[in-house]
Amino acid sequence: MRHTISVLVANEFGVLSRIAGLFSGRGFNIESLCVAETLDPKISRMTIVTTGDDSVLEQISKHLNKLISVIKVHDFTEEEHIERELALIKITANSENRAEILSIVDIFRAKVVDVSPRTYTVEITGDGEKIRAIVELMRPFGIKEIVRTGRIAMARSAKQK
Amino acid sequence: MKKTEKNGAEIFIECLLKEGVDTVFGFPGGAVLPIYDALYDAPLKHILVRHEQGAVHMADGYARANGRPGVVIVTSGPGATNTVTGIATAYMDSIPMVVFTGQVPTALIGNDAFQEADIVGITRPCTKHNYLVKDIKDLQRIIKEAFFIATTGRPGPVLVDMPKDVLTAKVEFDYPEKVELDSYQPTYKGHPGQIQKAVSLILASKRPVVYAGGGVVLSNASDDLRAVVEKLGIPTTTTLMGLGAFPGTHPLFMGMLGMHGTFSANMAVTNTDCLIAIGARFDDRVTGKIDEFAPYADIIHIDIDPTSISKNVKVDVPIVGDVKVVLKDMLKALPAQKAISAFKKETEEWLAQVDAWAKTHKLSYKQEEGGKIKPQMVIEKLYHATKGDAIITTEVGQNQMWAAQFFKYDKPRTFITSGGLGTMGFGFPAAIGAQLAFPGKTVVDIAGDGSIQMNIQELATAVQYKLPVKVFILNNMVLGMVRQWQEFFYNKRYSHTCMSVQPDFVKLAEAYGAVGLCARTPAEVEPVIKEALKVKDKPVLVDFKVDPFEDVYPMVPAGQPLNKMLLV
Ligand SMILES: Cc1ncc(C[n+]2csc(CCOP(=O)(O)OP(=O)(O)O)c2C)c(N)n1
Repeated sequence: MRHTISVLVANEFGVLSRIAGLFSGRGFNIESLCVAETLDPKISRMTIVTTGDDSVLEQISKHLNKLISVIKVHDFTEEEHIERELALIKITANSENRAEILSIVDIFRAKVVDVSPRTYTVEITGDGEKIRAIVELMRPFGIKEIVRTGRIAMARSAKQK
Repeated sequence: MKKTEKNGAEIFIECLLKEGVDTVFGFPGGAVLPIYDALYDAPLKHILVRHEQGAVHMADGYARANGRPGVVIVTSGPGATNTVTGIATAYMDSIPMVVFTGQVPTALIGNDAFQEADIVGITRPCTKHNYLVKDIKDLQRIIKEAFFIATTGRPGPVLVDMPKDVLTAKVEFDYPEKVELDSYQPTYKGHPGQIQKAVSLILASKRPVVYAGGGVVLSNASDDLRAVVEKLGIPTTTTLMGLGAFPGTHPLFMGMLGMHGTFSANMAVTNTDCLIAIGARFDDRVTGKIDEFAPYADIIHIDIDPTSISKNVKVDVPIVGDVKVVLKDMLKALPAQKAISAFKKETEEWLAQVDAWAKTHKLSYKQEEGGKIKPQMVIEKLYHATKGDAIITTEVGQNQMWAAQFFKYDKPRTFITSGGLGTMGFGFPAAIGAQLAFPGKTVVDIAGDGSIQMNIQELATAVQYKLPVKVFILNNMVLGMVRQWQEFFYNKRYSHTCMSVQPDFVKLAEAYGAVGLCARTPAEVEPVIKEALKVKDKPVLVDFKVDPFEDVYPMVPAGQPLNKMLLV
């Protein structure tokens, strides 16, 4: 099963390689990994997407916690949360298909961020599903290049009952 | 008033003194010259080794013998990379140690400078934690943290890489009182509810077994283990790393379990209905085929490291905590004598069964009078000659297993072996470290003729510091354990395991200024051991010419269940 894990780490030299080394050394999967500073510049957040059964996930979280540089580990899987990825897609555009591309962009609430005589570059955010969907729709026009971030996630706030 | 400033090297020495370090193991070089200059008149004993790997194993042996962290100083580049096997050895066995490496000046890092190696990168997966000190202002905090991390929780080696310019920069000496590490908070106290559950499970069982590991030694919990075991009368086995954690001569002791464990220990673990694992980690050499390990048992597992729990074997009652603290709480949680008497009555039959197993297949060997020396006999004679009062270290292979089987360890920290990594060349330097920790004690390295040649150069170190370490080479002229596997599993195709050329060990010892002795016949064994034990001011190397075809029994072939033992 796929899990999204958030890891707060001390923002220090070598920390990324500690985490990456743990995953490769113990044969755990990393599907994607995003890192950036938090509000506190001494702390970074890594969002890791990984797969494995319950016992593998238990080991992943225990091993992460065991690293001295890791402050907190949180698995989002069991709770309501928001996930986002961002993709930049460069599409071959010509006079015949421009309108169609723009309407897809519109439907997905994506944005055209760069235009050239022969291309459109589209920025899209959403969960993985949404990004896969737009990629499929754009494919027939000819995708020249695609760049995707990994996934980031945040828990939803508790709703008042 | 401003205190006087000191340079990084002087600060380093002050920090070690604050940590109570008395002995360091090291080898100099360009990047650590500032430290060696400061060491020149420092009140610290520095042991000059002959190879950096030796320094790390010595620090390791020192730490295993007395429980205090071993300290190593080496230079950058090759000095640092030479420590890797030693660090990995200590890491696998959770030994507290701090290794200080020199590094090229910060401005040169990353430039392929002379004797530059990314030792922090190299040792990341085999240290508990490691540091590169980039600023003199961080040096004292990092050293404080390094010792703290190495010695607390599940202990382990920590490496501190110190660029040369940091060692010469100046700052005030102001050693931090406390460590502030939010992200590192080991759990020491076990959950009371879980302890209660464990106690109930044990008392409801009819065929309980205690399986104790190196964690009991590391946590200094032998007395607590013994108290719980004796109170309940539970048959007890230990891992290789746990030997000495429970008295080897105790009537409830079944011997070691696992690949070369005793018949009774392996049968008991296979048939138990309640396995109490204490400071052990279900290593594959212990469990054999994992799906058939302790198949009838509810498993209780006490360990300070949460990652050890339910890693290989699913555990019914996990207790995360320091073994000593948990055992003390467990003892308190035991019910009144009446309930315990009832439990003992219920387990009588089981104890009788365990006894019967022990009697049917004892550890044994056959020494023929005119025949070759049996290696097991050497160990037994050593046991009798020392009355068990010795620290035994081992190399790796058959010698290690015979030392585990035929010497009885009544006290913790008297059996020192590379269990996790299985590092040939460990035993001799480790014996030197142990001897430095306990100068008055008899320290013997049980060696193979293969392993001893991996760090033989440390004979010079032992001679230089007048250390009466004994090395007993069980010389079978082969890489015995590998040969044994070839005999059993590779159709006796003895591919590259015969060391047909070997030095004259007696002359070799003498060349180094040590004592060299040799025993060729069974009759010579005892007198030679006695003679070796008499030497008090220099190392002794004894060459026992043993039967090259002797095998270690029992043996559970790798991947087989524990009750499928090959017996003599
Ligand atoms: C550094 C290292 N290299 C290789 C091995 C693999 N190995 C395990 S036991 C063994 C044979 C050891 O031979 P020896 O030291 O003569 O001991 P014996 O088994 O004969 O007692 C070998 C090569 C090892 N454990 N460590």
